[in-house]
Amino acid sequence: MKLLTHNLLSSHVPGLRPGGGFPLKIELGHPSELPPEPLPDYEANEEFLRRLHHVLLEVEVLEGSLQCPDSGRRFPISRGVPNMLLTEEEA
Amino acid sequence: MALRRYLLLLAQEHLEFRLPEITSLLSLYGGQFSSEQEIRVNSPFWILSIPSEEMARGLMKRTVCAKSIFELWGHGRSAGELYESLKNYPADKMLPYLQSDSTYKIHIHTFNKTLTQAQKIKKIDALEFLPFKGKVNLKTPEHIFWILEDYGMNPNDVPEEPIHLYFGRWIADGQRELIESYSVKKRHFIGNTSMDACLSFIMANHARVKPNDIVYDPFVGTGGLLISSAHFGAYVCGTDIDYNTIHGLGKASRKNQKWRGPDENIRANLRQYGLEKYYLDALVADFSRPIWRKGMLFDAIITDPPYGIREAPRRMGSQKETVKSAEKSTESHFFVSSSYHLSDIFFDLLKFGAEYLVMGGRLVYWLPIYRPEYTEEIIPRHPCLKLISNCEQMLSSHTSRRLITMEKVKEFKDQDENSYLLDGQYLPYRGHNSFREKYFSGVTKRIAKEEKDNQK
Repeated sequence: MKLLTHNLLSSHVPGLRPGGGFPLKIELGHPSELPPEPLPDYEANEEFLRRLHHVLLEVEVLEGSLQCPDSGRRFPISRGVPNMLLTEEEA
Repeated sequence: MALRRYLLLLAQEHLEFRLPEITSLLSLYGGQFSSEQEIRVNSPFWILSIPSEEMARGLMKRTVCAKSIFELWGHGRSAGELYESLKNYPADKMLPYLQSDSTYKIHIHTFNKTLTQAQKIKKIDALEFLPFKGKVNLKTPEHIFWILEDYGMNPNDVPEEPIHLYFGRWIADGQRELIESYSVKKRHFIGNTSMDACLSFIMANHARVKPNDIVYDPFVGTGGLLISSAHFGAYVCGTDIDYNTIHGLGKASRKNQKWRGPDENIRANLRQYGLEKYYLDALVADFSRPIWRKGMLFDAIITDPPYGIREAPRRMGSQKETVKSAEKSTESHFFVSSSYHLSDIFFDLLKFGAEYLVMGGRLVYWLPIYRPEYTEEIIPRHPCLKLISNCEQMLSSHTSRRLITMEKVKEFKDQDENSYLLDGQYLPYRGHNSFREKYFSGVTKRIAKEEKDNQK
């Protein structure tokens, strides 16, 4: 799963407050660095854009999970594919 | 802006799909059909008036419906009319291509008739009055000119003389070679319902996919529909409720293959064509429960929802129903299959498009049709989406599917959500739900009739 896709996902566990499903927290099999705050005037900063592109599109989570910020429910990621299905009871 | 005339030579397949494809592509380059087009929809010859050669070339870089485009120098309903028309074509427009230091050749193309070599040469020689100053080079000419002759649409009644004649300078060919290079036969990863290559390119063109777009397929399966968008430079992602298909596991769809190999998943398919960089992600998800955050937007949604014939439509149930377990893996399957009625799929699809498409973005999907009951009213509608085109592909005598293209023209507001349902024109047509029974009823009747005939 790419970071860009993660930025677009929201938890859909029923009963959350509006906006409570975003952003999902990424939990990795091993610890990893996350990017710093965006620099001011980042659009013109080629070096920053390269690093941002790399982190958004060239780094992938292969094993781990996405955790719903409000409910704590975890959506697993395996072989790079997140499984967003809820169980029978949850739905 | 002065318009120039071009002749499109089209392939004679998927006839209904051609005009929307060409129109969509022209609009991508800022053009459109001018009002006085002589488009005979079923003919392979269309005359377009567009502002520039650049637009003509742009069109040909994308189309799989058109074979070639020519700068039109003359046309008529008889050889005499053609020659007159050529004499009236401004000399200053011809001369740049007829220079003495250039090379050229003239090719003759006939539709619905075969000419002998002698006949062809005679027709080419008849154009001697044109001021060609260059040298003929049949192998690598700089400029190629075509005479095109139309002998009508009826192979059983071919006239002696052509009914339309055209003469033009060849500009470019279309992308029909993609049909062979992306053929499903050669693809590493296929499913029971993988879309054929030509149609998947047509779909990407109807959707006006452009480089750096984000394209989404909510019933992605093996990702066939995404490949054509990726080829045109879009970043692609898909979701599917079937864990095995997304992970590339389980039984193979190829005839002599039992299980899927290690190279069979959507990403591998894109890698096969050098398009891996356009793979965003594939996720296991139930389309009836969207996983996307508010405010995020796709440029196009291109999909072939399950009709319930070769793959059954499924979604997660909220009651206790039969649990389907997956074959090999130990994860996916805590879902419970409840039937996802077809009319609900389309309702959800249009609502999703209205909410998650950019303004001007397109939703392109297949709608299965039971022909005896078809009227245009049963095409699903939504107040935020405008119907752009509706093209039929026959499946059997009583069933077909229609490629529906819709464009988002109005912003989605939450209060739109279900109130429009009360308006009669948006009531979902429930007839879609029994598509599966209707599809098989024809088969059952035919088998019964054959058995009866055999008993006689």
